[in-house]
Amino acid sequence: MKQTANNFSATRIQLEGVRKQAIEMGRRRLLVTGVFIMAAFMAISLRLVDLMVVDSNELARIDRGFKAIQAPVSRASIVDRNGVIIAISLPTASLYSDPALIQDPHEAARRLAQILPELDRQEIYRKITLDKRFVWLKRNLSPDQHYRINALGEPGFGFKHEERRVYPQGPLMAHVIGLTDTDGKGTAGVEKYFNSILDENVASLRLSLDVRVQSLVRQALIDTMTEFKAIGAAAVVMDVSTGEVLSLVSLPDFDPNTPGLASPDAIFNRVTKGVYEMGSTFKLFTAAMALDTGAVQLDDGYDASEPIQVARYTISDYHGKNRWLSIPEILVYSSNIGSAKMALDVGGERQQSYLNDFGLMDPAEIELPEIGKPLLPRPWREISTMTVSFGHGIAVSPLQLTNGVAALVNGGMFHPPTILRQVTGATVPGVRVIDQATSNSMRGLMRLVVEYGTGKNAETAGYMVGGKTGTSDKLVNGAYSNDKRIASFVAAFPMDKPRYVVFVLVDEPVGIKRTFNYATGGWVAAPTAQKIIASMGPLLGITPRVVVASNENKKPTRKTFMRDLERALEVR
Amino acid sequence: MTTIARTDTSLVGHWWWTVDRWLMVMIGLLIFVGGVMTLSASPAVAERIGFDTYHFVIRQLVFLPAGIMLMLGVSLLSPRSVCYLALLVMGGAIVLMVATLVIGMDVKGATRWIRFGSFALQPSEFVKPGFAVIAAWLFSRRRLDDRFPGYLLATGLFMLIAALLVLQPDIGMALVVSAVWAVQFFLAGLPMVLVFGLGFVFLGGSVSAYFMFDHVQVRIDRFFDPSLSEGYQVKRALEALQNGGLFGRGPGEGSVKEVLPDAHADFIFAVAAEEFGLIVCLALVLLFACIVLRGLSRAYRGGDLFVLVAVAGLMVQFALQAIINMASTLNMMPPKGMTLPFISYGGSSTIAIALGMGMVLALTRALPVDGNLGTPLGRRPL
Repeated sequence: MKQTANNFSATRIQLEGVRKQAIEMGRRRLLVTGVFIMAAFMAISLRLVDLMVVDSNELARIDRGFKAIQAPVSRASIVDRNGVIIAISLPTASLYSDPALIQDPHEAARRLAQILPELDRQEIYRKITLDKRFVWLKRNLSPDQHYRINALGEPGFGFKHEERRVYPQGPLMAHVIGLTDTDGKGTAGVEKYFNSILDENVASLRLSLDVRVQSLVRQALIDTMTEFKAIGAAAVVMDVSTGEVLSLVSLPDFDPNTPGLASPDAIFNRVTKGVYEMGSTFKLFTAAMALDTGAVQLDDGYDASEPIQVARYTISDYHGKNRWLSIPEILVYSSNIGSAKMALDVGGERQQSYLNDFGLMDPAEIELPEIGKPLLPRPWREISTMTVSFGHGIAVSPLQLTNGVAALVNGGMFHPPTILRQVTGATVPGVRVIDQATSNSMRGLMRLVVEYGTGKNAETAGYMVGGKTGTSDKLVNGAYSNDKRIASFVAAFPMDKPRYVVFVLVDEPVGIKRTFNYATGGWVAAPTAQKIIASMGPLLGITPRVVVASNENKKPTRKTFMRDLERALEVR
Repeated sequence: MTTIARTDTSLVGHWWWTVDRWLMVMIGLLIFVGGVMTLSASPAVAERIGFDTYHFVIRQLVFLPAGIMLMLGVSLLSPRSVCYLALLVMGGAIVLMVATLVIGMDVKGATRWIRFGSFALQPSEFVKPGFAVIAAWLFSRRRLDDRFPGYLLATGLFMLIAALLVLQPDIGMALVVSAVWAVQFFLAGLPMVLVFGLGFVFLGGSVSAYFMFDHVQVRIDRFFDPSLSEGYQVKRALEALQNGGLFGRGPGEGSVKEVLPDAHADFIFAVAAEEFGLIVCLALVLLFACIVLRGLSRAYRGGDLFVLVAVAGLMVQFALQAIINMASTLNMMPPKGMTLPFISYGGSSTIAIALGMGMVLALTRALPVDGNLGTPLGRRPL
């Protein structure tokens, strides 16, 4: 019994020893376990601090795979000369899919089609089951669409933050601004010409154009085009002392916000890319070079009683007077014969040199990619000298013509054209092309054309408008057409100290009853120029001149021409 | 609060003076945080997948009180009853896990669920606390009695459960169960030679898995170079963390819950970070750490090996779930489907964790002071 008890006791003591040893080891090892767990919690805490407060590169590391689809840098805005926004980039989200992450393509397509009804459900399904890791579904979502698609929580849909180019002025600035493609890259106009600069610069690009002037020019031009059922029209307004373009309108036009809807004809820039035989407006250049070289004086003249026969050509007058005409009369009555004789006195060499100085022989150098190359007579024969003198056999762009006329009236300096706003008061580089005296004479001559001649319809009370009409038959299949013409008018004002040149060109106008079926520059383009000047004069703060005397119903003579001319130049 | 006299020997009175009230308070706090987070994160998810706005909120507000009741109820049990309960729960869970392989629902490529009416049960959640207690009993019994094949039985049980989990497949859960088994084995006196041996086996196994299995290789590569991955949720989660900053954007002001499919479950920590900021997140980590420390220290102070191993197993399971969940969200490890205890939405997870914590409370009750071997188990060995 005692033995058993002792045995039992010994077993028990032994058991107690094992138990004690086991628990001690368990405790030691529990400490180790606890240290490991606490270290893990500590690591999580440090990681939290690192991620949430310390600027960590973790996201950048994660984002590396998404780099290829990251948003572009912000593209600069384009504003008009007064800071009005013409083009601006707004942030938008574009939807793409990573088909590998789509969990239920049927369901995903169904839900997405509900939010984007313009997308076809089958087409979505096809795209999100492609064996690719990236496929565009829809560019430039509206904020609401973005929110709703995001709320689907579909991991296979992702957003790329992009910019959408918005043109708040709609079609108003279409041809200046040009176009951008879906990737925000400029494909026409200023957007193309300044593509890289717009992408790099943060500051906005300030143009010389004035949306107010542009708007009234465009409206006047649309009215004219509609009234005369023309197929197109173009207009330019230029500051004569800087070469800045205030307005550039080409019709038909387009809305750069929806480039897909624009026809090639609408995208074509008639002002800079289109070249036209300008007709009689070229007589201004002929008169200027004749006066500047001293080939003629203002009171000289030519016999215009007989048409000129050269080889198989006959040069005759449209408004024929069949008598001797003074230099002012040649312009006022737009005599081809007189112009041709003047040009012959200047000579072909000097004629080409002057035309070159006026910027008419080479493509215009302006900050736009769409530039038309002038068409010149090759070779430049005597007949060329004669026809070019009245604007035939040579085709230039409306911009070139406007720029050349600006040099005639601004005192004789040629300033390269620009669509960028120049610093106010700074001297703009220029080249003297004619004398100040010649320029003064040209001012008077252009004023006379409006006071007495073919440009009467451009007369605007108080603004001393001067100008010259132009009408030319269009070349159709190599022959001059009888009924398709270009009607144009180039105006400058006020003629005592010209500030702006306004050029209006109408493509294939059809005569109407009001114009006695005439569709000439004087009947079609001159009234349009008048409308433009009458609205933009007050807008730009040009004080109307006191109207000295009315020439209504006065029979002009050579004497009254000269008197009126001198008076016009003296009035300040 | 009602005062209970020290001399009250009723069941509740005895419980009140013996239970670890600090641990209860901390778990209560965690459950409160879980309720707040469910309110914040789940409506966005519910609306997105077409449920009623408060679908998850209402359900979780049933699960959480149910969990509290279960925890308190289990904490009343004696260690012996805890063992029986664990055996019952584990046995049931194993049977259901086998059943899931046959009749389970397939969710996101894995069969982990069994549907009962409108409620889907995830049996693998319940197998964990059951296994921790049963394995602890097997290990500690073997430690005190060489003739008992406890090591063998525990390891066999572990391998059965691990195999079932791998078949589902639920690698994350298998990892947790493996860790519980390894830690318990370690605590129950695994010879140091074998500790290092196991370490080498684990290391060697990982390296050979990397070279042998393509999908393992891909996953590891993606973790080290996330640009290779489709780490959609991780990327969004990291953005949320950066949005949160020190003080967060404010309750309900987060945006990550709108885009994360698992915002209410596996990625709820990201929602918390975005809305409540770093300080609250650190407090939450601290709360988890304190609960684990408290449980481990109670196990340390007690004089019973079974209690030590069982509580350590349950606490390691609890800690590991929290660590794996948070580390996944923080991109410290490849993402694993793992809930954040009491914080993530989920009925099975919440109830199973509550069960585990109830067992901890029950086992750490009435622990004698150091050296006194008169534990309930000591008096009435199993």
